[in-house]
Formats: sequence, structure tokens, C-alpha cells
Amino acid sequence: MSEKKFRRLDPAVNAGSMADIAFLLLIFFLVTTTIVNDKGIRVALPPIANTPPKPINQDNVLTVKVNASNQLLVEGQMTQVEDLRAFTKEFIMNPQEREDRPSKPTAAIVSLQNDRSTSYDTYINVYNELRAAYNELWEEQAQQIYNASYKSLSKAQQKSVRAIIPLVISEAEPSDYAGL
Amino acid sequence: MAKFKSKKSNIRPEISTASLPDIIFMLLFFFMVVTVLRKDMLVNIQLPSASEVQKLEHRSLVNHIYIGQSKPISDQAINRIQINDAFVNKDQVEVAIRQLVAQKPENLHSRLTTSLQIDKAVQMGLITDVKTQLRKANQLKVNYAAYVGGGR
Repeated sequence: MSEKKFRRLDPAVNAGSMADIAFLLLIFFLVTTTIVNDKGIRVALPPIANTPPKPINQDNVLTVKVNASNQLLVEGQMTQVEDLRAFTKEFIMNPQEREDRPSKPTAAIVSLQNDRSTSYDTYINVYNELRAAYNELWEEQAQQIYNASYKSLSKAQQKSVRAIIPLVISEAEPSDYAGL
Repeated sequence: MAKFKSKKSNIRPEISTASLPDIIFMLLFFFMVVTVLRKDMLVNIQLPSASEVQKLEHRSLVNHIYIGQSKPISDQAINRIQINDAFVNKDQVEVAIRQLVAQKPENLHSRLTTSLQIDKAVQMGLITDVKTQLRKANQLKVNYAAYVGGGR
């Protein structure tokens, strides 16, 4: 057996094309993927109930209606979406102790009704404003009671704040003017 | 001022490209981590934006429903519902959702959320019908997917 002679010199691997390979992979991932949007407005739907709803005092109800042409009617008044948040906050807290407003925040109910032709965009805008009103009220309460921002509170504390101003947004069956 | 004039050398130093692959790899890993393989989208969706958004915590506990104009986009394209990789009629959403729920372990059923990815321009009638179907399927936790923004 004759011994083979190996060359001692290792040929260096050319890394020059590494960038190209990485680029190809990068472009592949860029094309085949989307950044998922897992953010959104969280909502709890009501369970299907067979019992008719209890009669409620209409003074406690903030009626928000959105029609088929995406116009907003709040307590019978044409309103802009921009004004809804402030109005909702004022309605729930009732600082002037008005007779036709809820006597305490726990009694307040927001009733939202839209048309079957209302656009989703408008609906989300309106819903967002209502939620924003509640979020701001909770923030104010948290500042008042705990002297801290609502987000920094513990779960139990947040719950206690929410108990003072419970989030009640009730959605009525949509109207159907266009007959869809 | 002329005192401070530095002498410019005529030889330009070459920029080393040895670290280029590393930079590209970093980008590559970033994209691999933050992205998920795209599902076959049969509908076109342009999400609305909202300011009061919250993040969904567990991706494995989320079912998705997509509503938007069916592709290819044309004047005749109608709004349709997509669940998993197929179109679903609006009265079959309950069944489809129940199937999705059944695939998850039973102890997690109460924690499941349904993420509604709905195009801005969809009308509320269809969405209300879908919500009613979800209530029938007893999937009451819902998330209206939206981009962060807006906030007037």
C-alpha cells in the first residue's frame, strides 16, 4: 500500500457569495410573510338570552345611533364623532346632577345602534370613542383613588376602579332602512 | 486657515464588505422572527384604525375570521367571509367556528378569542350576522382587529 500524500494547505472557502445567499433567503422571507396584526379592540359579546330584557330607566341610557350614511345621532342630536367622547364622559359622570342623566355611573348604559348599511370603519370609530371615554374615566378614577395611572394598578385594583364605572355598551339590533 | 489644511492622500481606502453577510443575516433573522407564514388570503382586507387597541396575548388561543371583498378585485366582487382557507357562507359561520374550537384542547375552550379581521368598507349587516353566529357558537370573546392610530 502506497501512502497517499495529502496536501497540507487547506483551500479557503470563498465566503464572497455568502451575502448573495443570505439576500436570497431574506427576499424569500420578505415576500412570503406578513407582519400579523394581533392588536384590536376587545369586546365581549352578550350570550344569547331567551328572557326579555328588564325595563330600564331611559334617563340612564345614552342612545347612540349611526345611520346608513354614517351619520351620528347622540341622544337625539346630530353629533360629530369628535365630540362623542367628551359627551359620553359628561353623560356617565353627570357632574351637574341633571335629572335626565344617570344618578350614579353604575347606572349608566350606553346603547349603540347602527344600520345594516353602516360601514365598519364608522362603527369602529364610534366604538373606539366610547371605549376611549371609559378608559379616560377609569384613568381619572385611578388617579383620584390610588394616585397612580390605571395601567400601573394591579388586576384587583383595576377591577375596583371598573366597579365604580362599569363598562356597559349594549348593542341593539341594527336598523334596516335599506332593506338589506 | 491654511495652516489646518490636512493633506489628502490619493489612495482611497477600500470599504470592507466582509461584514455584509452578517448584516444581511441579522435582517434575515429579524424577518424570520417577527413574521408568520402568510395564510392564503381569499379576501382583500384593509383594517380600520383605532386608538384604544389591546394586544392579543396568546396566538394559539385565537381563531381568525376574515371578511372583505373576494379576490380578484373587480366591480362585481362581493364581501365574503373566510375562515381557515375557505369561503364560508354567513349562515355556516357557527359550524365552522365550532370546528375550529373542537381542534383546541378542551381546557382552553373558555379562553379562546375570535379575531375579526374585517375590511373598513364592509357593511355592518354582514358583521352583525357573523356576531350572531358567534354568539350561537358560544364564542363570546371577540377582538376587532385594527391598526394602532387614529385617536382624534
